[in-house]
Amino acid sequence: MPASTGDFALWEVFVRVKNGLNHRHVGSVHAADARMAIEAARDAYTRRMEGISLWVLPSAAIVASDPAEADALFAPAQDKVYRHPTFYSVPDGVSHL
Amino acid sequence: MYTTDLSRVGKSGLEAPARVEPAALLEKFEARVAADDFIEPKDWMPEAYRRTLIRQISQHAHSEIVGMLPEGNWISRAPSLRRKAVLLAKVQDEAGHGLYLYCAAETLGASRDEMTEALLAGRAKYSTIFNYPTLTWADMGAIGWLVDGAAIMNQVPLQRTSYGPYARAMVRICKEESFHQRQGYEIMMAMCAGSPAQKRMAQDALDRWWAPALMMFGPPDENSPNTAQSIRWRIKRETNDELRQRFVDATVPQAQALGLTIPDPDLRWNEAKGGYDFGALDWEEFYAVVRGEGQVAKERMEARRKAWEDGAWVRDAAIAHSAKRAKAAEAA
Amino acid sequence: MSPIARYALRLGDDALILGQRLGEWTGHAPSLELDLALANFALDLIGQATYLLGQAAAEEGKGRDGDSLAFHRDVFDFCNCLMVEQPNGDFARTIARQMLFSTFQNAFYEALSGLTASPLAPLAQKAKKETAYHARFAQDWVVRLGDGTPESAARMAEGLAWHWRFVDELFEMDGLEQDLCAAGLAVDKAKLRPAFDARVAEVLAQAKVQAPAAHRPVSGGRKGNHSEHLGHLLAQMQFLPRAYPGAVW
Repeated sequence: MPASTGDFALWEVFVRVKNGLNHRHVGSVHAADARMAIEAARDAYTRRMEGISLWVLPSAAIVASDPAEADALFAPAQDKVYRHPTFYSVPDGVSHL
Repeated sequence: MYTTDLSRVGKSGLEAPARVEPAALLEKFEARVAADDFIEPKDWMPEAYRRTLIRQISQHAHSEIVGMLPEGNWISRAPSLRRKAVLLAKVQDEAGHGLYLYCAAETLGASRDEMTEALLAGRAKYSTIFNYPTLTWADMGAIGWLVDGAAIMNQVPLQRTSYGPYARAMVRICKEESFHQRQGYEIMMAMCAGSPAQKRMAQDALDRWWAPALMMFGPPDENSPNTAQSIRWRIKRETNDELRQRFVDATVPQAQALGLTIPDPDLRWNEAKGGYDFGALDWEEFYAVVRGEGQVAKERMEARRKAWEDGAWVRDAAIAHSAKRAKAAEAA
Repeated sequence: MSPIARYALRLGDDALILGQRLGEWTGHAPSLELDLALANFALDLIGQATYLLGQAAAEEGKGRDGDSLAFHRDVFDFCNCLMVEQPNGDFARTIARQMLFSTFQNAFYEALSGLTASPLAPLAQKAKKETAYHARFAQDWVVRLGDGTPESAARMAEGLAWHWRFVDELFEMDGLEQDLCAAGLAVDKAKLRPAFDARVAEVLAQAKVQAPAAHRPVSGGRKGNHSEHLGHLLAQMQFLPRAYPGAVW
């Protein structure tokens, strides 16, 4: 089997479903360059009118948080209930708060 | 489309020897899975879970890709412009589904090239169903109706499988496949309402695809030793026999509506169990196909190998061009 | 058939035959991503063909429909250009054809979409977007293959050389098209040629591929004078409706 000189790089694909919404991660494609990645993403992830805008970026460029550090990173937010409006009591009959 | 449970047979080339897992991590992992939490790529997971998933997802992906061939065989001969467009779109979806699944497997550390090479070297398996030939146009109907029907039975529960990327791929696939079974049934309807020659063609296709479709759910439960662990891990959600029974119960009335006869003299309604009893399947045939001795297994592998080998210079060129561009950009 | 029906038939046959050819790649492309891409092109083209052949049949008004035009005509009644019926060859030859044809087709549909009197203008509005993407995609690949490896460069040059003789036919204007053109119902294709030549030259320069040696133009497709390849394509494509006359599928 003639070996390829290497894999196409992996790219992560993000689709904006419609204006007003964020681009959302939908999956990945293989491509040798950025234009090819956009084209592959278009064919793979927007065949059914799923989007109006695409982002692709090399998977290798993503820096992810370590699940082992999830507690250190995210648990401290758990007791900051005062950041949420439901923390505060509003007397009956008072509105527009 | 879908992959058969081949867990009893075949060791994937991607497997490595088992290792001893740290008890505390294992316990936490099992608890998360039991609580219906999703496992994500960077989370700790037992090696056996990772390997089982790579094997299952890559088999599923290979099935999508090899599954393009039997139907692809009829794209150039579809009998109307509408049928041609529908079939093309369906087979194209299968390429897309293969792509989603390879990507899901890649999050577990297996590269697509590695998986492809395992398939082409005969180390990896794919669904037995695609080793049968498509002889007439009615086979396009039968595949959509029966094969995609069986696939849907199996795939719908996998949308809640424990591994996040796999579950998300399955959500996408199930959504897209909703038209696949219907277009197949529509082909059968048109033929059953047509000339005697067309109806004969439809019955012939059902005769040939019925048993292979039932075998898609894998060997009987007593011969499927990994089922318990897979169900605990939510890699599998129901047993082979449960799914097979549900498929038979759903499909028999559909065949009746077409005026076709299910090719099984032992098929009869069992009031007590509220389902159909059906005849024994030829599991020797199944295992022969799993071993790679299906009727057209050689043709399928030859076609995939040819596509891969003929495509090598194209992939090399794209990589070489990209490297040249990068170098030019650096120099500028 | 009326002139406008014959015009629709030419465009429809181009789309149908190329769609049929591209469909042959399904399951056999160099990568999964390319499988998806080529199938998308085929789907766009079969969509165009469905509209155009349907339009031709309706204009004709003799009870035929798009399917009877697609499946019940013989070689000499097909009026597609010769380029689209050429066998796929390797990926480079397929891409050479796609680059040349889509670059032409895109300019053509751009122009046709501006002919408000033409009943085909709505189709042209849709087709110009589709073909813009086809052209961009194929041009990119000509550059990748031309400026890739020595092997891909040689294959790209061969692919272009194969199709070069069919380029002139794309721009041919016969009496039918000249009359329609005078009435504002057809595109003056001669006017599209300079921009086409410039664009192709630009792509070849980027691809570092030399233009093929000049070749006497080969044409005749619009009059039904085809290559040997078309008969085999039709034999396959038309098999079922021919073998089972009157059957509905």
